[in-house]
Formats: sequence, C-alpha cells, structure tokens
Amino acid sequence: MILNQFLLLSAVLFCIGVYGVLARRNGVLVLMSVELILNAVNINLIAFGAFHDNIAGQVFALFVIAVAAAEVGVGLAIVLLIYRNRRSVDLTEVDIMKG
Amino acid sequence: MVLENAWVIPAIPILSFFLILFFGKRTPKGGSWIGVAAIGAAFLLSVVAVAQWVSLPKTLEVSAYSAGAAHGEDAPAAGAARGEAQENEGHAVVFESAAEGESAAGDTGEGESAEGESEEGHGGAQAIREPVRNTVTWYSNGPIDIEVGTHIDGLAVVMLFVVTLISLAVHVFSTNYMADDVRITHYFAALSLFTAGMLVMVTASTTLLLLFGWEAMGLCSFMLIGHWWEKKENSSAALKAFFTTRTGDIGLLVGISILFFAAGQTFDIATLNEAALTGGISKGVLTIGAIALFAGVVGKSAQFPLHTWLPDAMAGPTPVSALIHAATMVVAGVYLVARVYGVFWEGFSISAGGVNLGAVIGGITILIAALLAFVQTDIKRVLAYSTVSQLGYMVMALCVGAWTAGVFHLFTHAMFKALLFLGSGSVSHAVHTFDMREMGGLRKHMPTTFKTFMIGSIALAGIPPLAGFWSKDEILVGASEGGYPIMLVMGLIGAVMTAAYMTRCVWLTFYGEYRGHGHPHESPKAITVPLIALSVMAIGAGFLNAPGIGLFTDWTDNAVTLTAGVEHHAFSITTALMGTLVALAGIALAAAWYVKNMGPHGITKRNPAARAGYTLLLNRYYLDNLYTGGIVGSIKGPIARAAYWVNQNVIDGVVNAVGIVARRGGDFIYDIVDQRLVDGAVNGSASMAGAGGGFLRTLQTGRVQQYAAILFAATAIFAAVLIFVTI
Repeated sequence: MILNQFLLLSAVLFCIGVYGVLARRNGVLVLMSVELILNAVNINLIAFGAFHDNIAGQVFALFVIAVAAAEVGVGLAIVLLIYRNRRSVDLTEVDIMKG
Repeated sequence: MVLENAWVIPAIPILSFFLILFFGKRTPKGGSWIGVAAIGAAFLLSVVAVAQWVSLPKTLEVSAYSAGAAHGEDAPAAGAARGEAQENEGHAVVFESAAEGESAAGDTGEGESAEGESEEGHGGAQAIREPVRNTVTWYSNGPIDIEVGTHIDGLAVVMLFVVTLISLAVHVFSTNYMADDVRITHYFAALSLFTAGMLVMVTASTTLLLLFGWEAMGLCSFMLIGHWWEKKENSSAALKAFFTTRTGDIGLLVGISILFFAAGQTFDIATLNEAALTGGISKGVLTIGAIALFAGVVGKSAQFPLHTWLPDAMAGPTPVSALIHAATMVVAGVYLVARVYGVFWEGFSISAGGVNLGAVIGGITILIAALLAFVQTDIKRVLAYSTVSQLGYMVMALCVGAWTAGVFHLFTHAMFKALLFLGSGSVSHAVHTFDMREMGGLRKHMPTTFKTFMIGSIALAGIPPLAGFWSKDEILVGASEGGYPIMLVMGLIGAVMTAAYMTRCVWLTFYGEYRGHGHPHESPKAITVPLIALSVMAIGAGFLNAPGIGLFTDWTDNAVTLTAGVEHHAFSITTALMGTLVALAGIALAAAWYVKNMGPHGITKRNPAARAGYTLLLNRYYLDNLYTGGIVGSIKGPIARAAYWVNQNVIDGVVNAVGIVARRGGDFIYDIVDQRLVDGAVNGSASMAGAGGGFLRTLQTGRVQQYAAILFAATAIFAAVLIFVTI
C-alpha cells in the first residue's frame, strides 16, 4: 500500500481549510473550512491506521466526526445569533472583544 | 487536722475576695453574702483549730536557757535524758518528745527534778504543746531556701479565733449598715482581703510571709478608710494612715533584713527566736534589729509618736473602724512583738527591769492618748484614742516581760473594743451623726445598744469581773513584779483616765436629755445580734485566765517565752484592789464632773494655764502640725527644688535627646527609605505592570481570524522546530 497519495490529499485539504479559516470573511464559510481541516486529519488517521493494520485510527476518526458534528452545531448557532444581532455574518466586523 | 492545713483558713477569704470582685455585682446584695459565708467558714475552722490545739498532748519539753549551762560550767546533776540532749543539741534548750511511752515519761520526771536543783530561780523544764508546722520551699537561691508556711501555736490559734470572730461580727453588721452603699461590692471584697491578710500574718512561719500579710492589711486599710472618697477629708485620712504606717514600715523592712542575715540567712521565725535567745546573735545586732522592728510596731499599732493616723482613720465606715482600727489590724504590731519575742527580749533587755524603749513608748502612749480622749466630741474619736491607749498597754505589757498579759489584753480588748465600735455604729445608724453633743438620752430609745455598750465600757474601764479587769490586772502585776515601777504608775494613771473618759462618753451618749434632731430608734437584728454576741465575749473572755483557771496561759505557753524564762506572775490581790479602786475613782470623778456638775467648770476660760493645756489637747499636742508643717514642710522645699532641677536638666535632657534622635531618624527614614526605596519599588512595579498591559493590549484585537493566524503561525514554528531538532 502506498501512503503518499493519502498524505498529499490530506495536506492539500488542510491547506485549503487553513486558507479558508484565515481569509474568508463569511462565518459559515469559516466553519466549513474548519470541517475541511478536521476531515484532513481524519484521512491521515485512517490512512495510518490501514498502513499499520491498526483499528485505532478508524476509531479516532469516528470520534473526530462526532465531535465535529457537535462543534458545527454550536458554531452555526453562534453565527445565527450574530446574524440576528447585526444582520451580517462578516467576521471582521465582530471585534467588540478588542482590548 | 486543721492545724496542719491551717493555710486553708486564710485561703478561704482570699477565694472570697476574688469571687466577690468578679461575680459580686451580678449576685443579689452586691455579693455580701459571699463574704459572710466565707468568713463564717473560716470562723468555724478556727474554732475547730482551737479545739484541736487544746486537745493536743503536751509533748515538748522546754527549760529556760542559761548562758552558764551552755558553756558546761553548770548543771552537773542534770538527768540522763537531759545530758544526752545536751550532747546532741550543744546547748541547754531541750526539745524532746515525752510521748514515747512510760520510760520516757519517767526520764522526764528525773530531768525535771534534776534541773530544779541545778537552776534555781528559773524553774524546771515545762511540758508544752508542740507547734504544728507545715512549710514548703517557695524558691531556692543558691544555698538559701526561701520558705513559706504555717506555724500554729497557742498565740496563732488565739489570733485566728479573735480575727475570724470579730470579722464575722463585722461582716454580719455590715450587711445591714452598708446595705445601701453604692460600692458595697468593693467594700466586701476589701473586707475579705483584709481578713485574709490578717490570717496570713498570724499563721505565717516566716517574717517574709508575715510582712506580706502586714502590707496586704495596710492596703486594705487604705481602701476602706477612703471608702467614701468623694469627700476630701476621707481620702486625705486614707493617705495619712497609709503614709504614716509606711514610715514605720521602713524600720520593719530594715529589721527583717538585719535579722535575716543575723539568723543565718533564714526568715524562719522559730529559728530566729531560738538564735536570739541562745546567744546565736550578738547583743548589739539584736538591739538594732529590735529597734528597727519596733519602728514598724509604732507605725502599725499607733504608738507615740506615730499614733496620729488612727483617729483620722475613723473617716472610714464604722464596721471598718471596729474591724481594722480597733480589734485586729492595729494589734498586728503587738502580735509582731509577741511573735518575735526573742529578739525584743534580748534586744531591749526586758529581763533587766527599770526602763526600756518599748515600755517607755507604751507608757507614754497610754497617757497622751487617754488625755486626748477627754476633749473629743466625736464618739468614734473617743474610742479611737481609747484604742491607742489600750495598744499602749499591750506594748508596755510585752516590753515589761508580761508576755501572756499583753497577749491576753489583746484578746479581751478585741472583744470589747469591737463591741464598742459596733455600738457607736448602731448609735450613728439611729441619730445619723457621731457628734456626742447631738446625742443624749438614748438609753430609752435604744435599750439593746445601750446595754451592750455599757457592758463594753465597763469591761474597758476594768471593773471586775468583766474581761478588761483580768487582762489589765495581769499587766499591772507584770509591771510591778517585773521591776518596772514607773510603768506600774503609768498603767494605774491610765486606768483612772480610761474609766473616766468612758464614763464621760456613756453619759453624753445615753443619759440626760436627747439633744439631736429626728427620732432615734433601735437598730435591726443584723446590727444587734453581733453586739449581743460580742458582749457575751466581753463579759466572759476574762475568765479564761482568771486565777485558778489559767486556761489562756496554758494554751499560749510556747518555746520562746519558756526559753527566755518569762515568768507568769501570780494573781495579786493588792494589785487587783488597787486597779479596781483607781477605776472606780475614775468613774466617780467623771460622774462628779458631768453628772453632779461639781468641780471647777469653766476653768479653761479663767485660768491661762488650764486654757493652754486645753488648747494643747484640742490641737493634739500640735503633733500633726509638727509633721505636716515642721518635718514635711522643711523637707519638701529642698526635695521639690532638687526634683525640679533633676526634672529640668536630667530628665528633660534625656527626653529632648531622645526626641531629637528620633526626629533625625524619622527624617532619614522618610526621605531615603520610605520615599525612595519603598515608594520606588511600589511605583516601579506598578508602571511595569502598566507598560506590560499596554503592550499586551495591542495583541487583543478582538478579531478571531487574527488569533487563528497567530495560532497557526505558532503551531507551524513549533512544528518546524520539532522537526529540525528531531532530525
């Protein structure tokens, strides 16, 4: 089995996700980018699990999926509330926590 | 046995003092019942102590000390037992136990007869009760053990009985007399402490403990005389009493210190007496020690010339006058002489006869105080001067060698003088004054008070068969047999005057027409019951030592007087007749003057000499003026100037120097340490925190994506570092 393709795919997905988190202004898209980062991690876990013939990688991936579902639930709720208050989901405008 | 644990008796009033002080105000009647209960318990214990003392077997053999026998030049025919003891003891004072059985008793008989042959004039060895001692070491200082403890002998149990009885009567009397007083709690606390002090003193086995009790009494006397301190006279009287007795106490301290070293660095009184009587201390030291101690006696027992405080001490509440300034505290000095009698016996050469310091002071005190009693209008002051005069009798008796007579007079005098004082308190309770000019005719209004006061007066005047007669008679016999004719004459003149001034006092108070205002009435039971109890004692106490009975002599015989060879003089019918006749003459003279209005009345207005004498008496011989104007006045100027100079130059200098140094130091600390170091540190840390906060503030943009960028950057850097380090 060749591991490189999976790791390359995972790295690409991770970089796209990081770009999305840092560069996008739309809160929903930032959340989607976080999902991309998490799925890049899942690919890595499963690939290494298959490579080492170890079931633990798949188990961890299932955990990450479950936690990601919860996370996106909370994140979407926050974005929804921000939208209700400001009529916008532009994250650059949300800076009331400025010190 | 109460005798071994006699410390309990003073301990009860001490406990009562603290209980009243701390809890008195929260209990009904200001805690007075605590005091009454405590003194009642102490009185019962004292009665038990007397009973146990009387029932003790006579186990101690004492014979008179003779210098010849000590050097082995005498007594060749001494018995076997005596010889043995002499070898062991090294001198002729024999302490041996006769209670070991039949054979010992037989030996004693031999020893007694043998000694009767060898030492004529002093009599043989006499068996007495052995003093019960119980001492503990208070602390040790190198080789010196300072001991405290109790030494119970006949003198001590008699004093225990007198003090607790009078104190109980006074406590009961006070529950009514002082019932409405604002400071009743303090009053009863001080009474308890006073009683404790007196009991400590009479049971003390060492001069140190004796001094402790002595000074405790002085303090309580001060507090109680000044009980009504709102009036200036009362607080002045308290101060006067305190300072005057303190003047004498300087002598007492010096005397105790001298005798401490003379007796081989011990405060123990028994050791001291024995050393004094058996030649252990040189005659010169004893004389100085006796004079120094006598200064304390003069102060405390109000002897001439320090008697001036006692009449002023009448400013205190009347029960206090009865307890402290008539019956108990003022006899502390007499007790001291009786207790360390060995020192006085040798120091004053009492056995030599003629005159000595103590007898002369005692005699003068009898006369001058009795004279002053005639010109007083305040009933308590009459009794006060009478007390001074009777104290003179006691001191004189002890110092003419009539030891038992002196102690016996102390005993009887306590009874009838406390009775008289409480009687005067009852009178003042009824008429609200002590001035006899506003009394008169009270016998109809106050029958019980009148009868008891009369009994007390007759006892004091020395009419047989009441208490005062027996003890005064013994003193007169002692003076005449002991070789002190001058003292006998002084005593007889004193007896005339005593009878006369008491007649005057009773006449002015109870007979004639009532001259006061208001309606006199008999006092309540709490006042009359102590009066009746004391009048029973005033009638009966004298019989204790009547000829043929002699119980008092038997109880109080002790090693000191027997070693010294103090003689008991037999009852003399001549002296008794003489004493009774002069007393009756005194009564007759006074009755003729006051009742029949005979004699040269108004002579003080016509005759300049008589007027001068009267003025002298009214001004109390100008002694007070001499003390305050002459002595204090001449001393206080230079002392004040010296004190002012010291104050200005030395004390102010020191104070100013300290002030300047402190200010300089303060300046330095303020400028350098406080302003620069401390403030610098505080301000520096604050500004550093501020700057740090300002810098960190710029990082806190509130923009989530910036945080995320920093997070990822940091993660990338850490990852790079990790990779490079690992590879």
